[in-house]
Amino acid sequence: MSTRLPVVGDDPVFSAEQPSSPRVLERAQYTVEVVSDSGEGAQSCGQILGTVSAKMGNGVWTVEIIPAEVQPPPRNPAGASGNRVRIGSGPVTNWGDRTDLIVAFNEQALLARHRLDALEPGAVILIESMWQDHDDEGIRAEWSAAMEELGAAGYRIIHVPAHEQCLALTENPYLGKNMFMLGILTELFDRDTALIGAQIRHRFRKKDESVAERSIDLLELGIAWARENLDFRVSVPPVPGDRDMVVMNGNQAVALGAVAAGMELAAMYPITPATSVSHQLGEMFERFGGIVHQAEDEIAAAGVAIGASYAGKTAFTITSGPGLALKTEFLGLAVMTETPLVLVDVQRGGPSTGLPTKVEQSDLLAAIFGQPGDAPHVVLAPATIEECFHVMVTARRIAETFRALVIVLSDANLATGVQPFPRPELDQAWIASAPDQSPVPEGKAPYAWDEQTGLSQRFIPGQPGGMFTVTGLAHDERSKVAYTSDINQWSSAMRSRKIAVLGQTLRPPSLNGDDAGDLLIVGWGSTKGAIEEAVARARDEGLSVSSLHLTFLSPLEPGLAEIFSRFQKVMTVEINYSDEPDGPFVTHQNRRRGQLSWLLRAQTLVDVDCWTRVLGEPLRPGAILEVIRSNCGAGGER
Amino acid sequence: MSAVCSLFQLHDESREYGMGDYEGAQARWCPGCGDHSVLSATQRLLARENLPPEKTVFVSGIGCSSRFPHYINTYGFHGVHGRALPVATGVKLHRPDLHVFVVMGDGDCISIGAGHWIHAIRYNVDMVALLLDNEIYGLTKMQTSPTTPQGYVTNTQPRGSYLPPMNPIEATLGVTNASFVAQTAEWVPAHMLATMEAAYRHPGFSFVRILQRCPHFTDDLFGELPKHPERVQLLVHEHGIDLEALEGRFPNRLAHDPADLDEARRLAEDASVIRLGVFFRDDSRPRYEETRHLPAYTAPEKLELLERELDRYAV
Ligand SMILES: Cc1ncc(C[n+]2csc(CCOP(=O)(O)OP(=O)(O)O)c2C)c(N)n1
Ligand SMILES: [Mg+2]
Repeated sequence: MSTRLPVVGDDPVFSAEQPSSPRVLERAQYTVEVVSDSGEGAQSCGQILGTVSAKMGNGVWTVEIIPAEVQPPPRNPAGASGNRVRIGSGPVTNWGDRTDLIVAFNEQALLARHRLDALEPGAVILIESMWQDHDDEGIRAEWSAAMEELGAAGYRIIHVPAHEQCLALTENPYLGKNMFMLGILTELFDRDTALIGAQIRHRFRKKDESVAERSIDLLELGIAWARENLDFRVSVPPVPGDRDMVVMNGNQAVALGAVAAGMELAAMYPITPATSVSHQLGEMFERFGGIVHQAEDEIAAAGVAIGASYAGKTAFTITSGPGLALKTEFLGLAVMTETPLVLVDVQRGGPSTGLPTKVEQSDLLAAIFGQPGDAPHVVLAPATIEECFHVMVTARRIAETFRALVIVLSDANLATGVQPFPRPELDQAWIASAPDQSPVPEGKAPYAWDEQTGLSQRFIPGQPGGMFTVTGLAHDERSKVAYTSDINQWSSAMRSRKIAVLGQTLRPPSLNGDDAGDLLIVGWGSTKGAIEEAVARARDEGLSVSSLHLTFLSPLEPGLAEIFSRFQKVMTVEINYSDEPDGPFVTHQNRRRGQLSWLLRAQTLVDVDCWTRVLGEPLRPGAILEVIRSNCGAGGER
Repeated sequence: MSAVCSLFQLHDESREYGMGDYEGAQARWCPGCGDHSVLSATQRLLARENLPPEKTVFVSGIGCSSRFPHYINTYGFHGVHGRALPVATGVKLHRPDLHVFVVMGDGDCISIGAGHWIHAIRYNVDMVALLLDNEIYGLTKMQTSPTTPQGYVTNTQPRGSYLPPMNPIEATLGVTNASFVAQTAEWVPAHMLATMEAAYRHPGFSFVRILQRCPHFTDDLFGELPKHPERVQLLVHEHGIDLEALEGRFPNRLAHDPADLDEARRLAEDASVIRLGVFFRDDSRPRYEETRHLPAYTAPEKLELLERELDRYAV
């Protein structure tokens, strides 16, 4: 079938042409990447592999590899677009360190990954070979240079004549090659072709039927090619679990969680990486009686959500860092008027436009302290895709019970990562009840603050006898503008007290590892899986390390100072910027630290150190392991 | 703004409301401020339309005029500067059963809130938007506003305001999907009430610019006008406003069919005379909230639907 032999490495085991019985590599974990120019469909190829693997019972974690531009120049390392899929026998909680196998549509995308140290030494590379003897001399030269650079690294490079193969079925292999490549992966990992086919059909459901049919023909072509030409297979046998599972990404989970919480209005303005929540909601929300309102800007989106919340069920708005900045004034209004509001910030790199498609955890302090004036409110961060679902139910409940603003900090890693998790056992109690329209008893005030808790019951338009005007001006319990000095002191205390009350209802965080030891790693948000994997590896090495992951950042979970006192050293691991302690001009006092460590130091008076990186990618467990090794028993900054 | 069938409890139709039912806190505007007369006309309108106070919401921004909701006994939302319209949109999207009014100053609506203003016109959500235009920033003490006349001396432009003023009527008429655009003056209460009533009854976003006296800062702009009816031209039409009672006082009348958008734009552009009346109305323009379908489900029904949705993600 193939006119050119796949080039294989020096290893004689792999050199067989048309292997009769391929070698099967049994692995508990295996990581695959698919990269192409953007628009060539490496992403859907990777996504389908991930989804089908999850459906077959494997643990999965996927991460999108996204260029910032929609259509970057072709064959450019900066334009590499695709997906990493880490497949496991059991649960997979993070993207891992490096990839074991990569499918690349051109050598420049491949180079990008190589230069980012994304490939395991000895990784298998399946590279589209059409560029090798391309008509364009420049391209041929680029290919040779790339092969030279890659050659030194000891990868096993296999040429795939995908373009040429696909020409048998399509005039334009650039559209459809991804299905051929998916076929190769299907064969390599022995994926269920019926499930793959169903995913393909779902993806093209809005197009002419012939598109899906041709894609499946290309898939089969890929399978056949792999069968004839590849001398190995990879087996990651799933360990069957006893729970029903669902598989989705974090933004889908947020959207479904919002529905499960009974929320009915989402207001937003498009911004990566938050937008896909609205795509998801746009498809289904109205079937549940909900509205996705695409506002004229983020400020308006916040205003619409506040207006909707004020008049009925808690609404939410969803954004990323630049949008969070714009919404600031309205957030203060929500706090001042005690209008329930949920804001989801799917964080990306900042400041300013920053790294629009990449993960970062740099909005923590802005989320907690970013509103001028004293604006006490709640900030929480889901750590897994599953938590992205459930956090919406929690957020909605807290917002309503405490008449509070609740900010949910997700990030690009959770937003686009796909992971299976136990199917939520839906509960009617999660769903917001219809707004109270009963008459308000005479003499009752719209901010009848309970002195102990600061809580009060809001009046909702439509309630007879409850007419009053909410105002962003300082006001008394009847919502009358404050003209005497003590009212502001008192009402500020009431708004603050609610948050203290919520803090008292929280449980102290549980520890991963021993209750005491040399080192405690503290994290928040999407880094949980990578931190815990690193801690497990370190403990296997005999190191005395534990970790703790915070969901509530404001108010902080209780008992932290006491927990910290049981460890020689405490440090946070975060995806935001901090000065290196030995950097020029950096002193112990002026060092700019990771955002959580800043917070923990202020709240616990413990000298919490930090290790942070802003590389535009999720943290690698291997990198965290290095940090643990060099900090265990070191005593650190204390 | 039309009555909408309620998802929520229907009000007691038999109850008759009077002006007194809408009385809120004592208004703290300056004596002689035009906002007082807008307030009375509004209370009169509510009584005439018999709107239950609990089913009525006044949303405002920040400014002297935006204190309005405090002084009327309905639900009120006194928000942030320039952003009353998004809040009102949220109220109406979630609660189509409520009667929503928006009160804005000229700085509030035309300057800081300009983006929301333009888009609210296009959304055409069923509500009444009142622009209380005193052609100055009142609350912050006499800074130039987008509608301040050129050459007018203010605290921020002491050599006289530099640019020709914006024309809110012209601008509104220029926005796609504008559906009701009118101008009135608070010193002609009968006209103001009739205009507000037409605005209230119009299904869609009704934009009413109310020329408003500010005796404290801009007395020389509108202060003399009540004595000079000849400087005013009434636009009259059976589909707009045509008040017999005003015939004697305002002899300068022009028949204008509010269905004629081109003529409305031409009239709005010509600043030689102050025109009061309905410039344009079209009750058939698409309303944003109508495009949003809201099936009302019970919690168990929602759970069932969500289970089916989760099935799609099942492993
Ligand atoms: C974000 C913000 N910017 C500025 C202000 C200050 N401010 C309050 S009212 C106002 C202008 C008021 O003028 P206008 O809207 O015409 O209302 P008026 O007082 O004349 O009725 C300004 C600039 C504010 N409250 N908030
Ligand atoms: Mg003004």
